[in-house]
Amino acid sequence: MKFKKSAEPKLELNMTPMIDIVFQLLTFFVFSLKIVSNEGDFGIKMPLGVSQGVAENLLPPIKVRMLSNSDGKLAGIRMNDRAISSFDALRLEVIGIVGNDSGPGSVRNEAEVELDCDPNLNYEHVIEAISSVSGYVDNNKNIIKLIEKIKFAPPRA
Amino acid sequence: MKIKNNYQAGIQEMDMTPMIDMTFQLLAFFMVIINFSEADNNQRIKLPSSTLAKPAERPLQSPITLHLTDAGTVLCSVEEMTIPALPTLLRRERALIESEGRKVSEANVIIRADKSAKTGKVQELIKVCQENQFEKFVLRAMEKVD
Repeated sequence: MKFKKSAEPKLELNMTPMIDIVFQLLTFFVFSLKIVSNEGDFGIKMPLGVSQGVAENLLPPIKVRMLSNSDGKLAGIRMNDRAISSFDALRLEVIGIVGNDSGPGSVRNEAEVELDCDPNLNYEHVIEAISSVSGYVDNNKNIIKLIEKIKFAPPRA
Repeated sequence: MKIKNNYQAGIQEMDMTPMIDMTFQLLAFFMVIINFSEADNNQRIKLPSSTLAKPAERPLQSPITLHLTDAGTVLCSVEEMTIPALPTLLRRERALIESEGRKVSEANVIIRADKSAKTGKVQELIKVCQENQFEKFVLRAMEKVD
């Protein structure tokens, strides 16, 4: 038996409200977006007390003294009471101390750096110092770690 | 003379499908990458940069983020306070950590200090945290791309 096709009108969905809402949402998300750079961390472990990790460490800490001028800029760096010209020079000194050996018991693993800074020093120089002693990026963009144990000396008055 | 209009002007329907597809893709993209959290990020703080600063491989345990402004005040969530007023907040955080059965000494205090903040203030902040049994500190810096 042959059925006759019914002549129903084509149903068309009205897309306009959906497109309106989608564009509003899109605008909201675009304007709410904040583009921020990646952030990274430097870990320091500092329990309260006089020993502050000395008991578990046989090596004396490498003392890095940073002096500032009146406006907080870096005025000088000293490592174990020797003047150091720049943070790059500080890194070379640290490489000279820790050498190439790594792994458990190596100087690289056991050595500790104590940062002794003038209270007025801008914090960005502290991060520069930590970057210099904790590692460097080689020519192949690999991070070579140096000393990871870092602590602050008691605050200066 | 009457000109006969032979042109049958029908309604021109534009194909909206590609535009809707693209719009939905953009919407999905922005929804995924957006971060509303203000806890880890404060636009007032201009972090110092370092080539060694890389994002952490795993999430830190019990993180407490403290922002130190260049004026020496501390921002924690929406609260702004001076360093001497910080112990109240730290005691609250300590109680929360202990109530969850975790050790305070294992908690990580993330210090997001402004690059122009004074080192003395950072040390003062660390000292206040130490007095409240916090031992692990994380100094945050911005990744410097060469």
